[in-house]
Amino acid sequence: MNEQAHGWIRLIIIPLINLVLAFFVSGLVVLMIGENPFRALQILLTGALGSSYGIGYTLYYATSFTFTGLAVAIAFHASLFNIGGEGQAGVAGIGVAVVCLSVVGNTHWVLVFPLAICGAGLAGAAWAAIPAYLQATRGSHVVITTIMFNFIASALLVYLLVNVLKVEGSMSPESRKFGETARLPFMHDIMGGIGIPLARTPLNLSFLLALVCTVLTWVLIWRTRLGYEIRAFGQSESAAVYAGISPVRITMAAMLLSGGMAGMMALNTVMGEANRLVLDAVQGAGFVGIAVALIGRSHPVGVLLAAILFGMLYQGGAELAFEMPAISREMIVVIQALVILFTGALENLVRFPVEGLLRRFERRAR
Amino acid sequence: MNGDNGTGRPETAAPAIELRGISKRFGPVRANRDVCLTVEAGEIHGIVGENGAGKSTLMEILYGFYAADAGQIVVNGVETEIPDSQAAIAAGIGMVHQHFKLVETFTVLENVVLGAEDGVLLRPSLDRARALLGNLAQEYELEVDPDAVVETLSVGLQQRVEILKALYRNADILILDEPTGVLTPSEADHLFRILRNLRNQGKTVLLITHKLREIMDVTDSVSVMRRGEMKATLRTEATSPEELAELMVGRKVLLSVEKRPSTPGEIRLDVENLSVTDKTGVARLKGISFSVRSGEILGVAGVSGNGQSELLAVLGGISPGTGQIRVRGQTIDISRADGQARRSDGIAHVPEDRQRLGLVMAFAQWENAVFGYHAAPAYCRQLGLTNRRTIFETADTWIQKYDVRPANKNLAASRFSGGNQQKIVISREFERNPDILIVGQPTRGVDIGAIEFIHRQIIALRDAGKAILLVSVELDEILSLSDRVAVMFDGRISGERITADTDERELGLLMAGMTDKGGSRTPEVLPE
Amino acid sequence: MTFEVILQLFDSSLRLATPFLLACLAGLFSERAGIFDIGLEGKMLAGAFCAAAMAAISGSAWIGLMAGMGISVLLSALHGLASITLRGNQLISGVAINFLASGLTVLVGQNLFRLGGQTPQLKGNARFSEITLPFADTLRDVPLIGPVYHDLISGHNILVYIGLAAVPLTWWVLFRTRFGLRLRAVGENPGAVDTAGVSVVRLRYEAVILCGILCGIAGAYLSLGTSAAGFVREMSAGKGFIALAALIFAKWQPLNALYACLLFGFLEAIGTKYQNVDVWGLFILPVQFMQALPYILTVVILAGFVGKAIPPKAGGQPYVKEE
Repeated sequence: MNEQAHGWIRLIIIPLINLVLAFFVSGLVVLMIGENPFRALQILLTGALGSSYGIGYTLYYATSFTFTGLAVAIAFHASLFNIGGEGQAGVAGIGVAVVCLSVVGNTHWVLVFPLAICGAGLAGAAWAAIPAYLQATRGSHVVITTIMFNFIASALLVYLLVNVLKVEGSMSPESRKFGETARLPFMHDIMGGIGIPLARTPLNLSFLLALVCTVLTWVLIWRTRLGYEIRAFGQSESAAVYAGISPVRITMAAMLLSGGMAGMMALNTVMGEANRLVLDAVQGAGFVGIAVALIGRSHPVGVLLAAILFGMLYQGGAELAFEMPAISREMIVVIQALVILFTGALENLVRFPVEGLLRRFERRAR
Repeated sequence: MNGDNGTGRPETAAPAIELRGISKRFGPVRANRDVCLTVEAGEIHGIVGENGAGKSTLMEILYGFYAADAGQIVVNGVETEIPDSQAAIAAGIGMVHQHFKLVETFTVLENVVLGAEDGVLLRPSLDRARALLGNLAQEYELEVDPDAVVETLSVGLQQRVEILKALYRNADILILDEPTGVLTPSEADHLFRILRNLRNQGKTVLLITHKLREIMDVTDSVSVMRRGEMKATLRTEATSPEELAELMVGRKVLLSVEKRPSTPGEIRLDVENLSVTDKTGVARLKGISFSVRSGEILGVAGVSGNGQSELLAVLGGISPGTGQIRVRGQTIDISRADGQARRSDGIAHVPEDRQRLGLVMAFAQWENAVFGYHAAPAYCRQLGLTNRRTIFETADTWIQKYDVRPANKNLAASRFSGGNQQKIVISREFERNPDILIVGQPTRGVDIGAIEFIHRQIIALRDAGKAILLVSVELDEILSLSDRVAVMFDGRISGERITADTDERELGLLMAGMTDKGGSRTPEVLPE
Repeated sequence: MTFEVILQLFDSSLRLATPFLLACLAGLFSERAGIFDIGLEGKMLAGAFCAAAMAAISGSAWIGLMAGMGISVLLSALHGLASITLRGNQLISGVAINFLASGLTVLVGQNLFRLGGQTPQLKGNARFSEITLPFADTLRDVPLIGPVYHDLISGHNILVYIGLAAVPLTWWVLFRTRFGLRLRAVGENPGAVDTAGVSVVRLRYEAVILCGILCGIAGAYLSLGTSAAGFVREMSAGKGFIALAALIFAKWQPLNALYACLLFGFLEAIGTKYQNVDVWGLFILPVQFMQALPYILTVVILAGFVGKAIPPKAGGQPYVKEE
C-alpha cells in the first residue's frame, strides 16, 4: 500500500463512508416517521435535479452554502470554529441593504455590485470582529461567543426591520424594495439572452461569485503567505509563535476573512433573490456551512461539492415536504445534524477500523 | 553475552520479576524485541540504554500501561497477567513515571489516596493515609507536608509524592523511570538514599536511566538495552562505565568532540539584567547578565526548569522580557514577543522542543524548510503569493547537504525520525548564516550518529565566527562543546566558568544553587 | 420600586434561573471530568420535547420527566461515544447534537401531534403544579418574613426545589466522596487516574450520564414546569449556552453556579417585566435590546472582565495514552 493510496483513502473514501452512514441513518428516521425512504430519496433527487427549475433552485441554495462553507473552512484552517456564519450573514444583509438603499435612482447593478460586495464583506467581518478579538486577546472561546452573536444579530435585525427600515404603513418587517435596475441579474435572464431557455429561479449572478470565491480561497490557503501562516497557526500555535507569527493577527485575519466570506451569501439572498431586506434572509444557511465545511474537509473544492449536495437536499427536501407532508422541512436539519455527527464527531467510527485494515494489508504486503 | 540473564549469583528465592520474550511494536517501530529480563528480589536493578532503546516501553508493559504483543511476565515466581495498572498494583508493582502522574490542583493526601480509597466516602481514607504517611516519612526519609497542594511543591518533593503513592499501595517492586532528569545533584543524592533504604527494607527497585554514573553509584546489577533488544545483564561491581557505554551504543564511543581552541572576537550578544515573569506572576528569570563574543560558544548548564527555557524564549522572540539585550551594540526591543524581529536582528534559534516549537509536524519538509523565514523576499512574490519554486530548490539543497532521510521534501515532518527532524530544523537555522545562534538541547532524542554530526556543525559555525549560546541539560555536551559555561539556578546565573578550568563536580554544586560567594545558599533551599 | 415588586421580580428570577441552574450543574459534572459539552442546549431541547410529548400522551408529568431524562441521557451517551470512545472533536459533537435536537423535536412533534411542531397544551397532572410549603398561608401576614416565605420561597413546582437541592448535593458528591475525587482528577490529569488503576473511560461516561440526567430535568422544567405548559419549537432559546457561560463565571464551583444562574435569571426577569426601558429620560432601550441582554452579558463574562477563570486542565482533549 503506497503513500498516495493511503492519502486517497483518508481524503475521499473515509468521508464518503461517513456520508453514506449519515444518509443511512436519515433513511431510518424517514422509516420511523412511516414513509418509504427509497421513494423519499427518489422524490428528493427528481425534485433537485429532474428539471432546469430544480437545478436552478439547487444551485441557488448551493451558492449560499458555498459562501458559508468556505467561511467555516477558512476559520477551520486556523483551528477556529466559527459557528457565527448565521449572524454574520444576517448582519451582512444589513450591509447590502444599506448600499442598495442609498444608491440613487436607477443606478445600474454593475456599479452597485462591487459596492454591495464591500458592504456585505465589511458587515460580515465586523460581526466576526468582536468574537475574534476576544478570542485573540482574552481567550474567550469563539464557539460560544459567535453563537451569542447569532442571537444578538437576530435581535438587531428585528429591531432595525421593525423600527428603522420598515416601510411606513406596512405590517411585515421588511425594508422597501431596492431599485429594479440594481437587482443582480437572474441566470435565467442571462442564459435566455444567449438563447438557452431556463426555468425562472432565483439563481443569480452571485453563483459565479461563489465559484470565484472558491478559487480565491484555494489560492489564499495554499498559495499565499497569509494562508501559510494561517495553516501553521492552526496546526500548532506554539510553533507559530516561535516562527514570529502573531496569534492575535492570524486569529483576527482568519475570523475577519471568515466573517466576510459568510457575509457574501447576503448578496445571493438579499440582492439577488428578495431584492429587499427581509427578516429570515439567512434561513439556517450559516449553520449548513458547518456541515459543508466538514464534509468538504475544509478544502475549497470539497466545500463546493458539499454545498451542491446540500443545495440538492434543500431543494429536493422542499419538494419532499410537499409530496410527503409527514416529512417537514426540519428533516433537512436532521440530515445536516447527522452529517456533522458522522463526518465530524464520529469520524473515527470509520477511520479506526479502516486504518486498522490498512495496517494489516501493509504488514501482509511486507 | 546475549541471552545470558543470570546475575552470576546462586539463586536462593524466586526473582522478583522475570520477563520472558516480551515484544511490542508501535506501527512500524519495534519498541521491544523478544526481551528477557530477570530482576532479583531485594536489589536495585538498573536498566540503561539510549533514548528510544525501549526501556520505558518495557516498564510500561510491566506496569500494565501497554499490552505486550508477545511474552510472559512472572512476578515472584508466579506467572501474572498484567492487562492494566490495577493488575500491576495488585501484583505489588509501583511506578514513578518520568512525567509525574499527579493531579496538580490536589493536595498530597488526595493524590496519595486517589484510586486506592477505602470506601465511598473520602474522610476515612484521608485519615488513614495521613497516619500512614507519617510512618513512611520516618522510615524512608520521605517527608512531605500532606496538606500541601502539589503544584506548589518543588519537583523533588513531587517525586516523593509519587514514591509515597506507590508505597501506600503496598508496592514491593518500585519502578523509577529517569528519576533524576529533573533533580539537582543533591536532590538526586537524597533520592538514592531513599532507594537504598527501600532496598534495605526488602523492596526491589528498578531504575531506568541513561546516565551511567547513576548506575555505578546506586545499583546492584544492571541490564543494557539497545534498539529494542536486551543486550546484557551484569553485576554492577563487575563492570565499568566504558563497557556499559559500548554495550549501549554498539561500538566504541568518542566521548569528546575534536575542536581547536576558540578565537573570540567582538561582543555580539550582550544581555543585561534580563528578567521574565510568567503569566501566573512567577518570576522565572531574575536579572541575569552575560555576553557572548563572536567565535565562541557559551554553554548554559543547569537542571531543567531553572530559567533556561525562558532565556531561550526571550532571545528567540517567543515571549517578552524586561532588561536590556544588545545585538552588536544595538539595543533591541524585548517588550513584546516578536520572532520576526529577532530573525532580522540576526539571531537564529534552534528551539529546545522541535516538535512543539521548531516544526509544524503536519507540514511537509519543504514547508518547514522556510518556517520562520517564510516572509523573506526570496520566498514571496507580489500579492502575498509564495514563491514555491525557490522554496522547493532550497529544500532540496538542504536535504542533500544535511543528509536528511528519507530524502523526500513532500513528506510531513511527523514522518521523519527524531534525528532527521532535528536536521530539518538545524539546516534551516544554520544555513541562514546568522550572527548569533541560540541552540537549545540540540541532541535531545537524537541518535548517536546524528549527535556527532550536529556537534561538528556547531563547532564549524563557531570557527566561522558566529556567537553561539548553547543551552543543554546534558553536562557532558556542555563540557565538550562550550568555551565558557554559565550555570543557571532558580532564574539566576549561579556562576560562570572557563570550561577548561572547571569540572563536573564544581558545576554540579553551582547547579544546586551554591553560589560563588562563599556558598551562601544551601543546596536544599526548596520549600518543603 | 415597592417591596412587592421586588419580591415579584425575585420570584420570577428564581423561576427563570432554574433551567440555567440545572443545565449549569449538568455542565459542571461533564466539564469537571474533562468533557466539554456545548450540547447542553440540544439536550435541554430534546428533554423538553420528550417530557411534553410523554406527558401529553400519558397524562403524567412524572412519566414526562422520566422521558425527558431518558432522551437527554441517550444524547449524552452519544456525546460520550464521540468524545470518549472515538476520541472525536467534542465541540463538533456538541454542535451536531444541538442540530439533531432542533430538527428531530419539530419533525417528530409534527408527526405525532400535527400542531406545527408544538405539543398539545398540558393541563392538570400532566404539568408540575406549584407546591405550597407548610405554614405558607398561616405565616403570610407576618411582616417581612411572611411575604418572603409565601411569595418567594413557597409556591414553586418540585423541579425548582430539585434544582436548589442539587447545588449542595453536587458540592457534597464532588468534594466529599470517592467518586467526586476521581471525577475531579480525571478532568485535571487523566493520566494520574489511569496509572492509579481507575478507568478513565468509565469515569467520564459516568460524568456524561449525570450531565444527561440533569439536562433532562432542565428540559422537562421548560415544558412541564413553566407557563408554556407544553413544547414550543426552539424553546431552549440559547439557555444551554448561557448555562455554559454561567459555569465559567462560577469557576466550576457548585455554589457559585447558583449565584451566576440567579443573576441570569434576574436579567431575564427584568427583560420580561420591563419591555422598553426608559433610561433616565435620555433614551429608550428597545425591547430587542432587553431580550438580547443575557446574550450580551454572556459575551462580557466570557471576555473575562469579571474575573479570570481557570478551567479543568484536561478539558476538551480526548485521553490517549502517551508514548
